[in-house]
Amino acid sequence: MTIVTDKPRLSRRHALDLLKQMIRIRRFEDKCAELYTQEKIRGFLHLYDGEEAIAVGVIPVLEQRDRVVATYREHGHALVRGVPMTAALAEMYGKQEGCSRGRGGSMHLFDRATNFYGGNAIVGGGLPLAIGLALADHMRGDDIVTACFFGEGAVAEGEFHESLNLAALWTLPVLFVCENNLYAMGTALAISESETDIQRKAACYRIASEAVDGMDVVAIEAAARRAIHAVRESGKPYFLECRTYRLRAHSMFDAQLYRDKAEVEAWRHKEPIVRFKGWLEASHMIHPDDLARIEAEIDAEIAEAVTFAESGTWEPIEQLTRFTYADSPARDVS
Amino acid sequence: MVEFRMPSLGADMEAGTLVEWLVKPGDQVKRGDVVAVVETQKGAIEIEVFETGRIEQILVDLNSKVPVGTPLARIRTGLERKAGVAVGPVPPPPRVAETPARALRAAPPPSQPATTTPAIVRVPGAGGRARASPAARRLAEMHSVDLATITGSGPSGAIIRADVEYRLVAAPASVETKRPTGLNLDAMRAAIAAAMARSKREIPHYYLEHQVDVTSCEQWLTRTNASRPPDERLLMAALAAKSVALAARRFTLFNGFYNDGKYQAASAVHLGIAIAIRGGGLAAPALHDVDQMPLDELMGRMRDLVQRTRAGRIRSSEMSDSTITVSSLGERGVEAVHGVIYPPQVALVGFGKVVARPWLVDGAIGPRSVVTMTLAADHRVSDGHAGALFLAEIGKLLQEPEKL
Amino acid sequence: MTAPAAMIELTYRDAMREAIRDALRRDKNAFLMGEDVGRYGGCYAVSKGLLAEFGPERIRDTPLSESGFTGAGIGAAMAGMRPIVELMTVNFSLLALDQILNTAATVRHMSGNQFGVPLVIRMATGAGRQLAAQHSHSLEGWYAHIPGIKVLAPATVEDARGMLWTALQDPDPVLIFENVMLYNMSANLAADAGAVDIDKAAVRRTGRDISLITYGGSLWKTLEAATALAAEGIDADVIDLRSLRPIDDATVMTSVRKTRRAVIVDEGWRSGSLSAEICTRIIEQAFWELDAPIGRVCSEEVPIPYPRHLEIAAIPQVPKIVAAAKTVLGRA
Repeated sequence: MTIVTDKPRLSRRHALDLLKQMIRIRRFEDKCAELYTQEKIRGFLHLYDGEEAIAVGVIPVLEQRDRVVATYREHGHALVRGVPMTAALAEMYGKQEGCSRGRGGSMHLFDRATNFYGGNAIVGGGLPLAIGLALADHMRGDDIVTACFFGEGAVAEGEFHESLNLAALWTLPVLFVCENNLYAMGTALAISESETDIQRKAACYRIASEAVDGMDVVAIEAAARRAIHAVRESGKPYFLECRTYRLRAHSMFDAQLYRDKAEVEAWRHKEPIVRFKGWLEASHMIHPDDLARIEAEIDAEIAEAVTFAESGTWEPIEQLTRFTYADSPARDVS
Repeated sequence: MVEFRMPSLGADMEAGTLVEWLVKPGDQVKRGDVVAVVETQKGAIEIEVFETGRIEQILVDLNSKVPVGTPLARIRTGLERKAGVAVGPVPPPPRVAETPARALRAAPPPSQPATTTPAIVRVPGAGGRARASPAARRLAEMHSVDLATITGSGPSGAIIRADVEYRLVAAPASVETKRPTGLNLDAMRAAIAAAMARSKREIPHYYLEHQVDVTSCEQWLTRTNASRPPDERLLMAALAAKSVALAARRFTLFNGFYNDGKYQAASAVHLGIAIAIRGGGLAAPALHDVDQMPLDELMGRMRDLVQRTRAGRIRSSEMSDSTITVSSLGERGVEAVHGVIYPPQVALVGFGKVVARPWLVDGAIGPRSVVTMTLAADHRVSDGHAGALFLAEIGKLLQEPEKL
Repeated sequence: MTAPAAMIELTYRDAMREAIRDALRRDKNAFLMGEDVGRYGGCYAVSKGLLAEFGPERIRDTPLSESGFTGAGIGAAMAGMRPIVELMTVNFSLLALDQILNTAATVRHMSGNQFGVPLVIRMATGAGRQLAAQHSHSLEGWYAHIPGIKVLAPATVEDARGMLWTALQDPDPVLIFENVMLYNMSANLAADAGAVDIDKAAVRRTGRDISLITYGGSLWKTLEAATALAAEGIDADVIDLRSLRPIDDATVMTSVRKTRRAVIVDEGWRSGSLSAEICTRIIEQAFWELDAPIGRVCSEEVPIPYPRHLEIAAIPQVPKIVAAAKTVLGRA
């Protein structure tokens, strides 16, 4: 049996790219928070602060033809996958220039061009969908991997178990990525799961699984390379549990009564951007100029996205009924 | 200088109470710093500032509940406001030309009729049956009113209860009715109210007045009645009715119905006779083909009509097909009647009492019997010119009563 | 003139099997997936023999994971396959309701028309076999409430044979409800019978006195009631809705405008049922033509009980339909 070594090629260029991707997500989320307080973004807003290493470590390893299913905390995944920041932000504003025509908002980013299947707001709801996408590829014999991201909260849902079972039973090319941030909204993992070692649950379905430090983007990339390679080669599913932490509240309107400020602070010191930056600085792979340049590029991109979203247009009300079905016409519903 | 406002933190947050400031004027802050604590329905939430600068001024007291968007503090940033980043309340949907969008957002096609059905579909009733509400039908059945003769004012021209009430400007009881005979003045009054209100609402009335010398009528009547028993004597009312009917035959703009924006002249002249009922009622049943009716017969029928109307024994068909109405209030002592047209008719001719007036005849002033005749007419159908000619014709006819 | 096609006699079950076979032969992306559809041959024997013909990939047995495999059907459809998901009965479909409503019905609209779900879901429905409260639901009306999906109720052998292909061609999710009491029903069908439309109601009987509007398993009871009514001089139109979402309003209203009276027969529970929707549409569109209030014959508002006499009393039956019609005609 050949052992595949998928060591990430940690050139300076690649390292800076990893860092930039994470900072790009962080700053974008930060801007979203600001816009939300100004009521430009409405409804629910779930931010990815602290978990960036996972999207950045896994998604670039996928090919263009692969598929991505995510949750309502999916801005980072969308951006890394290649959904234009302009389209993503316009979507959150509800403008028709958004990637889902403005109709989905923050929780329902979809993008056909990058095989990005949402944006699913029912916890666990995306797993059967991922199974189905992979089933189609399996039946056609196509070399396509479906990466399915979900939080540890989904593990309690029946659909989690049904989906893992089906993936193993039918040999489906799914990479399950569990982003274990220890809290399902306000409920700690310890008080909702009898077995808190999540990758063990996958193992019980005979799925190859491992746990990885979710705050270490390099470790995640290495694990992702192994996993995706395994899925492609064997056609079988793989389960990656990434142990991470959510630095912000579950959503904007959350007083975080369920966790200690001290705990949050402790994790803030080990969050992925701080860690990676620190390591890069210590190994002299990054200079202050690099950081300034990265931040300036990102800020410019964000400003452009804000302008794009601000000047976007509202879908006319007569269009409301279109695309309920493939052929539904526009209609005056005033 | 930039304002730091109460943030919206959730879909259902409308206001927040500031319970703690973590900074004071003069403090430096940077983007992301937590500067205050806000109490919300979900608990205390720390709020962060998105500007970098110095706190200049605190604007809101502690423990005050303020709506989302209220300025809480001023921050001196020392930077130009970033272009394109609006701060403040949400502007209304911007009217900006559409930015180039993705291919799938081509110009939307013009709105098409829905595949689901609209609320009301206008379809002619099968077999020409009148469209009437159950409530209308019930009332019509109770009073033997023929729905086909009623104009509906409900949706798509359907007949609603008020339309039947309007038509019932008469005693509701009749030979065929299931109700006990007799008059229901309350119902009649309500029906009159509905009818008259509708008339004034919908018909642009114009009024003309004409004084007619009816001396020759009076003289003729005296001569004719001299040899008749009382119950066969002719009255001025009959002459008035006949002359109006004959004139209406010629002046077709005053004899017909206005419905759905169109006037249809009637082929016959059915004269409505306004009849007062003791107790406050009013009815205007029709006499058919008055223009062709001999005076004696006309008189007889008028007597019969008044009697039956006052007794509450009118047939519904008599109620519903007047093509023009005459109202004589001379007996009551008024000199002129400015009446209200009964829709869908388009004219009402009124007669006041006959009075002796000084009149110029052949150059000399002498007493003559004069009656003031009025015309209330629907200005959608006719105008003063035609009305004047119409009244003049009636006046002319009344000069030769023997020919009526 | 061509010779008339040969007629064959087959059951509703056979017709549905033939429809599935036909679909899988014509479209290589079509496949059937559900509990016991393969080795068992289908809970109602609809897929008997198909495993041998098409193999286990295309006649795919699933574990008891309604949500999982319905979601899988949705995903496979989104990725270009043409799955036919069989939920054993509407009673178990509740476990998949989240996927049907929150994914299948929403994806096209919510994604701004980037993704559609060309999926067919078949399920058995209805009461009558003394299967008691948890196995006797008629929830077609609930599903017909949801925008983004289509809902069919084939009541004849012809429709069982012909609706599936049309449903599979539809770019949006289509639910097909097969009443359990119809599987054994047999009829003559042209040997070359094929696809039928899935958006029109059918007038199964014409009359002038009253419109009897129904769907699915209740159609045959309604036709029987119409025969009984005819013996008493009451001549009924019988409308088979065939499609419950969208409802073919035009056919319904043409009938009601002619007869001025309607009774709706719906095996769902009365309150908030599909019959309530149809009543309201008649009032909206044909109010002025009505001569009497609309009647309804629905299931009694009870969980369907086990003993035969109580089950019979709980769901629509011919005498109730006849009585309802006579009441509407004022001849009770």
